[in-house]
Amino acid sequence: MPYIPHTPDEVREMLDVIGAASIDELFAEIPAELRPKGFHVPHGLTEMEVRRRLERLAAKNRTDMSSFLGGGFYDHYVPSAADMLLARGEFYTAYTPYQPEASQGTLQAIFEYQTAVARLFEMECSNAGVYDGGTALYEAVMMAVRHTRRKKVVVSEAVSPIYRIVLATYTKNLRLDLVTVPHDRGGDDMAALTRAMDAETAAVVVQNPNFFGTIQDFTDLFAKARDTGAVSILSGYPVLQTVLKTPGAMGADIATAEGQSLGLPLSFGGPYLGIMTCRKALVRQMPGRIAGRTRDASGRTGYVLTLQAREQHIRRQKATSNICSNQALCALRALVNLCLTGEEGLTRQAALSIENAHYAAMRLCCIPEITLLNRESPYGNEFTAVFPTNAKKIVRALLDEGIVAGFPLGRYYPGLENALLVCCTEKHGRDEIDRLARKVEKAL
Amino acid sequence: MIPKDLLYSKSHEWAKIEGGIAVVGITHFAQEQLGDITYVDLPQAGTVFEAGQEMGSIESVKAASELYCPVSGEVVEVNPELDAAPEKVNADPYGEGWMIKIKVADEPIDLMSPEEYAEIAQAEH
Repeated sequence: MPYIPHTPDEVREMLDVIGAASIDELFAEIPAELRPKGFHVPHGLTEMEVRRRLERLAAKNRTDMSSFLGGGFYDHYVPSAADMLLARGEFYTAYTPYQPEASQGTLQAIFEYQTAVARLFEMECSNAGVYDGGTALYEAVMMAVRHTRRKKVVVSEAVSPIYRIVLATYTKNLRLDLVTVPHDRGGDDMAALTRAMDAETAAVVVQNPNFFGTIQDFTDLFAKARDTGAVSILSGYPVLQTVLKTPGAMGADIATAEGQSLGLPLSFGGPYLGIMTCRKALVRQMPGRIAGRTRDASGRTGYVLTLQAREQHIRRQKATSNICSNQALCALRALVNLCLTGEEGLTRQAALSIENAHYAAMRLCCIPEITLLNRESPYGNEFTAVFPTNAKKIVRALLDEGIVAGFPLGRYYPGLENALLVCCTEKHGRDEIDRLARKVEKAL
Repeated sequence: MIPKDLLYSKSHEWAKIEGGIAVVGITHFAQEQLGDITYVDLPQAGTVFEAGQEMGSIESVKAASELYCPVSGEVVEVNPELDAAPEKVNADPYGEGWMIKIKVADEPIDLMSPEEYAEIAQAEH
């Protein structure tokens, strides 16, 4: 019996309704090289063969290099207890905890996670999390579009280009007017962002620190957004939130973030964690799950999924989002990491990371031909260095020395081919940074 | 529970038109079907609707549904009580549970008499 029960007649009928001539035409949007060539599953392997094969694949990874890569994903120290706690079967093997019969423990964990990130960002509400920083930003924009019933979205070019690509892809067929405001030497152009906002603007979107590592205070911009009736959206960096002015303090309506820096290991493609927080006035536009605390009939504390009328299983096509899942295990890991590290630990992590980055910038700028893209603006644990030559050339030369020098910005910012985004965390030693500077000087 | 002095829509809203102003709410039958109402999302004063257009939504502990504007015109007043006390829609759907007042632009065409609505409510029961 075929697994997919559509008869050729039914397929034909459906294609006619859609207006596509064939299945191939229906999927034409997907580039041919990404479409499956066939579904021929190879024969089974023995356990030993599988292990050997996976070990060979794993050996292709280089984990011994000295890395200064950041750009939204950061190698902070994670206490060993996080792995131990996460591996507990109650958490690790539980199926999606979204059914009414979800265990109280799972719901409490989500509730505590929400409480922790809402406090970190000084925002009123948080959901259970979404997939990653990019999808969180997209969902935030859609909250603003629904809330304001407007179509124009003003985005700073200094917002992560990866998030902006995600946003453009998701909204491609939604008839939104995405307006990108060019960055100004790695800074957000506040005057241009303000000018771009009008009575049709649903949201203004910025990031702090921005993709170039620059730290800014968006309080005035957000006040102007409020005056025009636009929703202000800030994408943040959780670890640095302990030392930076928070989204809440700046008056942001929605704050999102990539949650990876809160204890999630770096890996190609995740799974990561999208953090979403907002002011209470917008909570009904929030997508996804929200766990709430309540009392049962006997007066005991209990936890429930709350405000579910926003969601797909009740609201159907009118739901706030088609997301009906979260990264429960990743959110739990962020919570465990936050609890183990604590406020003091997180603050020291942030301060040490920033100190290291400033030391690295100082060392690199001692080399005569190297400058910072913006010498006036403050930066956190990441900065943009400009070389007299293509940054890719430097990166390639240093790979041979076992160093990943940073992220060459030319890939996303034409005209900045000589710029390199360099990141430090508390895990870098002074000797490691000294070595980076020596090898860069040699490569020039 | 179908007052004689009101007009009704197929989507279970009622309208009371007096002096060019329509007061709009949902019927007793509708609130009964929804159960305990937890939230009413209403448009802002000044919004203009065509009859039959979606004007907001209503949520209960077990369901959520859209509200449709039974007449064409501009919203002139929104019940300020419902934000904090949506249960008024359950307790008094034709009185304290009213939702919006609209300055009527056109004569209503698609609305039903109490007798016609009674049949629809009976059929859906």
